[in-house]
Amino acid sequence: MLRRWQGMWFIFLSFIGSMMLDILPLPSWAAFWWPDWSALVLIYWCIAVPHRVGVVTGWSVGIFHDLLNDTLLGQQALGLCLIAYLCVKWHRRLRFFPLLQQSIFVGGLVAMKDFLVFLSAWIEGLGLIQHLPAVWTFLYPAVTSMLLWPWIFVILRDFRRFYQIT
Amino acid sequence: MKPLFVSGPSLNLRVTLLVLISISLMIAEYNRSDSLKSLRTQLSALVYPIQYLVNLPVKAGQWLSINFNSRMQLLSENARLHEQNQQLLASQQQFEELNSENTRLRKLLGASARIKDKVQMAEVMAVRLTPFSRKISINKGKNHGVFEGQSVIDAYGVLGQVIEVGLLSSVVRLIVDSDHKLPVQVVRTGRQAVAEGKGVIDRLNLLYLPNQDIKNSIKVGDLLVTSGQGGHFPPGYPVGIVEEVNLDIAQPYAQVQAVPKALLERNREVLLIWTDNPEPSVETVPNNIGGE
Repeated sequence: MLRRWQGMWFIFLSFIGSMMLDILPLPSWAAFWWPDWSALVLIYWCIAVPHRVGVVTGWSVGIFHDLLNDTLLGQQALGLCLIAYLCVKWHRRLRFFPLLQQSIFVGGLVAMKDFLVFLSAWIEGLGLIQHLPAVWTFLYPAVTSMLLWPWIFVILRDFRRFYQIT
Repeated sequence: MKPLFVSGPSLNLRVTLLVLISISLMIAEYNRSDSLKSLRTQLSALVYPIQYLVNLPVKAGQWLSINFNSRMQLLSENARLHEQNQQLLASQQQFEELNSENTRLRKLLGASARIKDKVQMAEVMAVRLTPFSRKISINKGKNHGVFEGQSVIDAYGVLGQVIEVGLLSSVVRLIVDSDHKLPVQVVRTGRQAVAEGKGVIDRLNLLYLPNQDIKNSIKVGDLLVTSGQGGHFPPGYPVGIVEEVNLDIAQPYAQVQAVPKALLERNREVLLIWTDNPEPSVETVPNNIGGE
């Protein structure tokens, strides 16, 4: 029982930290390229400790994001819970992927989530297309998240080994 | 150490449930369910610590710069503020006289007296909302008496209105958001129009200004103020300056653009306005109710 809770505080802190990074004030050109930190952290924990972090965690982080970003409740929760689902389902396979292949998969997941958010915002009737320099702008975070993944993976893995989170 | 028997519902079942919950939440909120609104207000207290932490370095920077400002800098700033204060006081004298004259004239006309609005300062939190829209977050919420639809101004003009009230913070939609419309009036001619946001930070579109007699109703450099129509915004607050007037022969209405007066997305402090209903009778003197 004790083992099961070991390092839970670190998982919690990593999520808080990722959410703080996500709402950091930025100039608008940088905001379009800002990676999806929460999604990256969620993907890592889902692959590494799928029996602890899963769809419910992903959904809760998503609800937090909806509150932070003032989007409809459930908009980002839906995306993050689906990301968590795919990662938990395929965690054995993903662990054996080389980093490059993992990155591409991560980029795909983030793109899927952004597309879902974009789609629901469009259905909601926000005039958001006017705000974007180009329609494809909403996919930029997927590109930067993909490039960032190897670093996130290595850093979180080292921390996980140090605190012996299994 | 994994449990031998997996307890609880299966992964597929859980994800299906969560997806259904998400979708029904979205639909409920899209239809403006009241219970969900209050749920969001309560939940916002949960994320406030995160916003607070992100905001902290900015605040700390301000605190440091105040504390380690050189004496000379403080003295010169003090002198500048003193001078500005004198000027404001001087114009205030004139304003008071005009105000009493206005009240007297309104009394003669039998119109209700205009009432001073109650104003409270709020700080803009240095956090980023979705890049899709023009909104800001402020550090006053339900606990401070903020309500939905409340007008927000800065020292120069109208900024926007509160769209989401949390316990300790609220979200303000700026007047340049593409989903925002604001009834305005041209000061010089009294012509009414609607200022619509374009999603660009320094532009407002003016709607419903007919092509004919456009020359008499509006020209470049005119000041726009809130007209008070629609009841959301109190009348008489500056909104913007007309920048461009173009006749559009293909349309019944001219294309008019204005630049907002408020320093949108550049300010640290904003003002929340509480307006009393313009019901009170003529006898009420502004001094009695001004403070509230």
